[in-house]
Amino acid sequence: MSIPAGAIPVSAIPVGSIDDLTPGEGRAYVVDGKQVAVFLLADGTVRAMDAVCPHKGGPLADGQIDGSVVMCPLHQYTFSLDTGACPSGIDSVRTYPAAVVDGKVTIQV
Amino acid sequence: MNGAPRTRLLVVGNGMAGARTVEEILKRGAEKFDVTMIGDEPYGNYNRIMLSHVLAGESGVDDEDLLLNPMSWYRENGVTLFAGDRAIALDRFAKSVRCESGRIVDYDVLIIATGSNTFFPNMDGLREPDGRLARGVFGFRTIADTNGMLQMAASQDDLRAVVIGGGLLGLEAAYGLRTQGLDVDVVHSPGHLMNQQLDERGGRLLRNKIESLGVGVHTSKRTTSVLRDESGRVAGVGFNDDTSLPADMIVVTAGIRPSVEFARGGGLVIERGIVVDDQLRCEDEGSIYAVGECCQHRGEVYGLVAPLWEQAVVLAEHLSGANPSAAYHGSRLTTKLKVAGVDVAAMGVKGPEREDDEFVQFYEPRSGTYKSVVVRDGKLIGATLLGDISKANFLTQAFDEKVPLPDERISMLFDMGTPTAATGAAELADDVQVCNCNGVTKGAIVACVHAGAKSMGDVTAATRAGKGCGSCKGLVADILACAAGGALEADPAADWYVPSIPLSKPALIDVIRERGLRSVSQVFTELATDGSEDVPSKMPLASLLRTIWGPDWVDERGALFINDRVHANIQRDGTFSVVPQMKGGVTTPGQLRKIADVADKYNVPLVKVTGGQRIDLLGIKKEDLPKVWGDLDMPSGFAYGKSMRTVKTCVGSDFCRFGLGDSTALGIALEDRFQGLETPAKLKLAVAGCPRNCSEALCKDFGVVSVGEDKWEIYVGGAAGAHIRKGDLLATVVGAGEVLRVAGIFIQHYRESAQWLERTYAWVPRIGLEVLQRTLIEDAEGIVEGLEQRMQTSVDGYRDPWQDRVEQKSPAQFTPSLPLLPLPQVPVR
Repeated sequence: MSIPAGAIPVSAIPVGSIDDLTPGEGRAYVVDGKQVAVFLLADGTVRAMDAVCPHKGGPLADGQIDGSVVMCPLHQYTFSLDTGACPSGIDSVRTYPAAVVDGKVTIQV
Repeated sequence: MNGAPRTRLLVVGNGMAGARTVEEILKRGAEKFDVTMIGDEPYGNYNRIMLSHVLAGESGVDDEDLLLNPMSWYRENGVTLFAGDRAIALDRFAKSVRCESGRIVDYDVLIIATGSNTFFPNMDGLREPDGRLARGVFGFRTIADTNGMLQMAASQDDLRAVVIGGGLLGLEAAYGLRTQGLDVDVVHSPGHLMNQQLDERGGRLLRNKIESLGVGVHTSKRTTSVLRDESGRVAGVGFNDDTSLPADMIVVTAGIRPSVEFARGGGLVIERGIVVDDQLRCEDEGSIYAVGECCQHRGEVYGLVAPLWEQAVVLAEHLSGANPSAAYHGSRLTTKLKVAGVDVAAMGVKGPEREDDEFVQFYEPRSGTYKSVVVRDGKLIGATLLGDISKANFLTQAFDEKVPLPDERISMLFDMGTPTAATGAAELADDVQVCNCNGVTKGAIVACVHAGAKSMGDVTAATRAGKGCGSCKGLVADILACAAGGALEADPAADWYVPSIPLSKPALIDVIRERGLRSVSQVFTELATDGSEDVPSKMPLASLLRTIWGPDWVDERGALFINDRVHANIQRDGTFSVVPQMKGGVTTPGQLRKIADVADKYNVPLVKVTGGQRIDLLGIKKEDLPKVWGDLDMPSGFAYGKSMRTVKTCVGSDFCRFGLGDSTALGIALEDRFQGLETPAKLKLAVAGCPRNCSEALCKDFGVVSVGEDKWEIYVGGAAGAHIRKGDLLATVVGAGEVLRVAGIFIQHYRESAQWLERTYAWVPRIGLEVLQRTLIEDAEGIVEGLEQRMQTSVDGYRDPWQDRVEQKSPAQFTPSLPLLPLPQVPVR
């Protein structure tokens, strides 16, 4: 989601450099008191969502992703990277708008 | 929420009837009820029909097919389940139930679904003085029964079993135990087998089949005693004619009795079962119902699954208010099943009962086929099919009076220019139940196809049809074919290695080698159906690339499961477990000191000796992993991967006074050679220095047992987890070097041909022991040299992953994933 810098809402908070991320490997940040898991996709865009799996509290940042879902490492529940919905029918997770601006990952919580 | 108080619904009994009734009720009005269930078995609800498959080793007790309602189902549906507790007292006036644990549960509406118990006839010697069954005597009804038999079967060789009762369940038990390698006899007091379903001729034919499996059959024999030896152990069974049979194991399948003690204690009316009316309501009661095998309706007590589904629906319609006048009128029993590998279908009466009943019979002992129909006043009142049950669907419908009978009665037994099986499926009425295990009708399958299902896999996922005993799979496939017309897809995905790439494992390996694909992303781009990534395919593909290319695969972080990224096993709280290598279970005081120091330094909450003879440090934080490895300065034990795990050993000839071979040295040599190899599923090895088998080599994926004079027996495909299987003797070889060579080709063949997550206990029987012996020991296909070479390349490519501490693979490899809120901690011991 590369958006021109001017289009980023003021509430977008930079969390770190894009160089700290590796495609497919998640990383957790604390953003405004919330734990947020951030993923760099193969297409270079980023996604952000709550870092805690609603099922048993698994660390979603340790999960594997493809272009559309993240899979929790504990019990393999999947959640949409875009909407946070879980097709297996348990609670969804919150997702947050994320973008890369000037080499920085920003999250809007 | 409309504020109306919810009805407190209590269900005593968490078996197939109780859980199905709750499912049906929730479907019709979940918001009206607070549901509590009490079950004395410590599981969710499982499919008893499947236990026959478990005993025969065709599936495991851990298979998800076995569980109809896993624990998560109760949670997700807001049902409170007290599992492993028994309801013992009913107070109808206080409307409460007391459990063994002392727990008291109040109810507004009570459903009793206590099922039935194995009937143990009175026999001398059956029980110990304290009333418990003698050791070695089993029923065949629960997971505990089945596990008990499997454990005993795995514990020693040359076991003899006698099955008392030659009905359906008895024959299934005999078949399963025979498959487990026991000598089995079936004793049946009536004159022929399965006398409830079959006439004498059918019984005789079935007997031929059973005997051809190597099972002894004894009919018209009543068992009067369980014989014991001097030490009190079960030694055999004695009969009414003063003869006897030797036995180490006795399985009693002489019928079931409704379990009614709980209901009787509460003062309900009991005859053979708990007496209920057409709404399944107990006599003289407004708020107590009974459903399933424990209840008696219009004088009938049922012991099959189909009536139970019908009762569950009526009770749910009634209780939920969806149809308060719903009524159960009894079930007409049709049975279609496979008993001991023989197809059987039976319905109604077995033979003519009146002078003018029509009776058409076909009997062919050579092919093992028996068919008969009984017609009265132009209506089918009974049919029996054995061996060939292709006409069962037609006959079921005729029995239910849904189709007229053909004038040419013989065409009810054979396809004589009459419709084929597929058109038979087309003509089935929509409300005919196809899958009896899960109560799925033809209409439900057709609706599922219209909603987009294109393959058997789709239908099974959506309806569970075919997921029970599996006997309906052919018919489900026929219905699917009819309903889909030309749009049908056979389920090609069944052979694919991963769901997103339409190639079998050998074909995929060929393409990967040919095109030199070394990274998972490359494989997706070039081979995946839509060229895009797919989460569930990543781990199996990463494993395959590492198997093919060894250290020369391109490591993409995103392709790896977290355990493989950080070389440790993730725990429920997000911490990790660290297991250093301890070859053959041999350690030194120096190593132990180091481990103790690390445990102190990092405040390790739990230090545990594992089942594989190693030491596990649990509760390590991700960010501490590289430091822990550095302080330990020991190589990884690979306790986290789908890989070669451990080689368990006994003391062997150096110290043990019984030792015949140096099992410890051979174990260390095996672990040295095969350490860290990725395999389709985890791989456990063991070496025993004598046939006492202290290191449990007979139930390992690859187990070696010394038999003296430098000879070693090699067992493969064993397991002793949730699934128990004794390994098959692959070969007896001379010399430790030869053991290492055979291990290499066996493991490499397994790596190249097993499906992802397919343990050797499934793979070995799937390929077949004889085929493996021909391919690997006799080298009949000339592949051994290639296997040896590729294994050598993999062995040469081994590198201790815990050296990652020197140079991290990515900036985030060891960053914490949940930094703020502490998660629930595993209790510290």
